[in-house]
Amino acid sequence: MAASISAAAKASAAFAHKKELSAAAPAPTQHRAGGSRRAKPCRVRAVASPARAPRAPASTGLGTLKTAMTMTEKILARASDRASLEPGENVWVDVDVLMTHDVCGPGTIGIFKKEFGEDAKVWDREKVVIIPDHYIFTSDERANRNVDILRDLYGAEDQANPDYKGVCHVALAQEGHCRPGEVLLGTDSHTCNAGAFGQFATGIGNTDAGFVLGTGKALLKVPPTIRFVLDGEMPPYLLAKDLILQIIGEISVSGATYKSMEFIGSTVESLNMEERMTLCNMVIEAGGKNGVVPADETTFKYLEGKTSVGYEPVYSDAQARFVSDYCFDVSKLEPVVAKPHSPDNRALARECKDVKIDRVYIGSCTGGKIEDFLAAAKVFFASGKKVKVPTFLVPATQKVWMDVYGLKVPEFGGKTCSQIFEEAGCDTPASPSCGACLGGPRDTYARMNEPMVCVSTTNRNFPGRMGHKDGQIYLASPYTAAASALTGYVTDPRDFLM
Amino acid sequence: MAAPPPAAAATTRTGALTVGLSPYTARTSAFRRAQICRHRLPTLRCRRAQPLTAAASSSPVFHGECFVVGENIDTDQIIPAEHLTLVPSKADEYRKLGSFAFSGLPSAAYPTPFVAPGEESSRYAVIVGGPNFGCGSSREHAPVALGAAGARAVVAESYARIFFRNSVATGEVYPLELAEAGAWKECKTGDIVTVDIGKAVMINHTSGKEYKLKPIGDAGPVVEAGGIFAYARKTGMIASKASA
Repeated sequence: MAASISAAAKASAAFAHKKELSAAAPAPTQHRAGGSRRAKPCRVRAVASPARAPRAPASTGLGTLKTAMTMTEKILARASDRASLEPGENVWVDVDVLMTHDVCGPGTIGIFKKEFGEDAKVWDREKVVIIPDHYIFTSDERANRNVDILRDLYGAEDQANPDYKGVCHVALAQEGHCRPGEVLLGTDSHTCNAGAFGQFATGIGNTDAGFVLGTGKALLKVPPTIRFVLDGEMPPYLLAKDLILQIIGEISVSGATYKSMEFIGSTVESLNMEERMTLCNMVIEAGGKNGVVPADETTFKYLEGKTSVGYEPVYSDAQARFVSDYCFDVSKLEPVVAKPHSPDNRALARECKDVKIDRVYIGSCTGGKIEDFLAAAKVFFASGKKVKVPTFLVPATQKVWMDVYGLKVPEFGGKTCSQIFEEAGCDTPASPSCGACLGGPRDTYARMNEPMVCVSTTNRNFPGRMGHKDGQIYLASPYTAAASALTGYVTDPRDFLM
Repeated sequence: MAAPPPAAAATTRTGALTVGLSPYTARTSAFRRAQICRHRLPTLRCRRAQPLTAAASSSPVFHGECFVVGENIDTDQIIPAEHLTLVPSKADEYRKLGSFAFSGLPSAAYPTPFVAPGEESSRYAVIVGGPNFGCGSSREHAPVALGAAGARAVVAESYARIFFRNSVATGEVYPLELAEAGAWKECKTGDIVTVDIGKAVMINHTSGKEYKLKPIGDAGPVVEAGGIFAYARKTGMIASKASA
């Protein structure tokens, strides 16, 4: 992880200001002409953006009034072939990618066939991505049947698929299906995860997805944008998970309902792609429609070799209107958790040090990427001790799993994460899937089948989320989760990292 | 078991209350099953099949007992994830989803279950909730479970957007919003209510209070038609299946 942070810092320093792209006339091949907006200085409070001063037509140099738009508005404008649009408008957009998985895929396909015909063809097979991930390693017959339904659709052979990827949102990114400026819809609420790539990505239901399968279009309401400016050097004990928990605690689980969340600032620019994904992943937990991080060198570098499809990033105009600005001096923040039973029930980790826990869970699209496991391993390595409670590790994808076992980390003296985890007494890393993040069938690995207290790197802690209705879930960063595993209590990771 | 509702033969604003054990007819949508009358609830059972207004109207009225929940009711409480293996587009699994509606609510806070043990559907036609109803997952199973259980309308202070969108797209329940904050707190599970969509009002007969609703607007006709596909065909946006 140290290696990737210094690379990102280099990229950030080398990054030059460029003129914003015109939303109306995208240049076809350029994909590196990006620019970042430096945030105007603002108080560390939420403030309403000032009303936009009227611009005389002559000042635009175009002869017509050009409306300043946010990044989200621009993406939707381009996707709906509009020169400009405003929040609140309902527009038909062309969908670039539609994703579905084993829980919602069968229902979506059922609706598609019912409405468009048994032999209907999808609107564009190159734009449909099917990733089974939720209920995979279970003997539940219906769950297995649902995976088979997906296989039938794409014509797979009747055997275990060696090409199985894992958790859909992480696989989407790793397989190069996320691209700046595009519209990605998925039958899962954490589809917003992909906003880290500077695209419009949001979750929809089966019926909407069935409609998209047939027509390639969706009717979307343009959301206004709340801007989150994160500045300051990221302390060595904080992760993106702490930042998003901080934000959700600030605005509540409905604070961003029907709105877009845009994340900018020097801290955001210093984050690698996986950390940016963690940030955008939990936008839905604040009720947000989508989250966006402007694409930059970090994004382009990540995408190299992953996709051959051209893309065109867009950026918020300097004069774009935002609902409000929230500014955070990240250097002053501390590790936080979300206490039971709501993602906005924020508390400082150190203030929960008397909470005895029964287990720790590290996994899911939110907290099961390789960066998350590297972070957890860092804490175990720094401590050198063994965990005091069962610690479950569920890599999000096959690739993450392989890296956990294969990546030799210089920081750990050349050991792999799996070796660190083994020495710390964690459970053996499990097969990749969504696992117990959402409970699932009774035989799901690490499911909470009795009431207990769990510190988890997952995304929700409503009653019953991981199985038992009386289970208590503390949402936390991988640092905090690992630290808590070592003590058997909710623990601030500074106890081990400083 | 909940006590039987009071046998008050109150008249509604839209016409006489139908007392008795009249049978229901299934909606034309294939997703609806024929409702079987419950003899234990003689008078104030909501007639799910037809609005109470006489003439052909696009503004339905629903009448019956309400089930009250709190704020930030998330999709895991509406339909726990372990039931998501049920595929809503299969008729028998659709019904089973209904039987699990609200089974995720903690029993301590909600001693009266939405679906009584051993039953497949609910006696409550209207759900009353606080702000941010339906937050959490994008799973369409949430409004589907409520509709499959027999609920016709949710009256909440506000909605999470994906749940609202799914309710309209599927046509399973009307997602109505209370005009006044905090109004939901004045209702109790078992109160007899009338929800008049056209007049945008909910009357709580048990407490005697009336609550303004925000007009449902364009979403209303979509739900009334039976969801986005049915609406698109009805209005000629897409070809009807017979001519396709």
